[in-house]
Amino acid sequence: MSGRFAVGDAVIVKAEYPKTGHIRTPYYVRGLSGVVADALGPFPNPESLGVGGDGLPEQTLYRIRFKQTDTWPDYGEDPCDTVDIEIYEHWLEPANGT
Amino acid sequence: MSDDQKPRRYHDLGGIPGGPIEISDHVLLPWEKRVDIMRGLLGDKKRRIMRADVMRHTIETMGEDKYKSLTYYELWMEAVRRVVVEAGIVSEDEIEARIAEVRQRLGLGEGS
Repeated sequence: MSGRFAVGDAVIVKAEYPKTGHIRTPYYVRGLSGVVADALGPFPNPESLGVGGDGLPEQTLYRIRFKQTDTWPDYGEDPCDTVDIEIYEHWLEPANGT
Repeated sequence: MSDDQKPRRYHDLGGIPGGPIEISDHVLLPWEKRVDIMRGLLGDKKRRIMRADVMRHTIETMGEDKYKSLTYYELWMEAVRRVVVEAGIVSEDEIEARIAEVRQRLGLGEGS
């Protein structure tokens, strides 16, 4: 199974804020733009596993790279710094026009 | 950082000032090791009663007061307790009776 995105693709993390369920997409990167740094393959969906489900269908997991200056508005260190976060495919959308 | 349109769950703390970090080595107590082993056994391929994501979800739904007041393995223990009761493996009454029995054996009185 190959994922929807390839290394180098620009993506946006969905700006969704569910009040229930087991969500592994950190609050602080929701709505941010990043770039696919690595595609890690399919894994059982933790949002299903967390509530006793079978984790199917599996979701491709990606390592998404964000600029620290995007992640933290008041970031005062090297503007080239980045942070990588592992995010499942269903939380990502293509960034248009990039 | 969060507002009504973007509610942040109590366990999703990334980016919030958290105060000083305790970085000294911490020797695990025997009960902490037992809780770790119990969770592992409950989640293994043979049982599949409490996978890691079930434990995380249980901790994420036990309430902010518990989340902020219990230690790391106390959270695990509380989650294990909830899951085994929910799964019908043991009852709350059985757990309480056993706690009372052990307290008596150790001469700890009634306590809570």
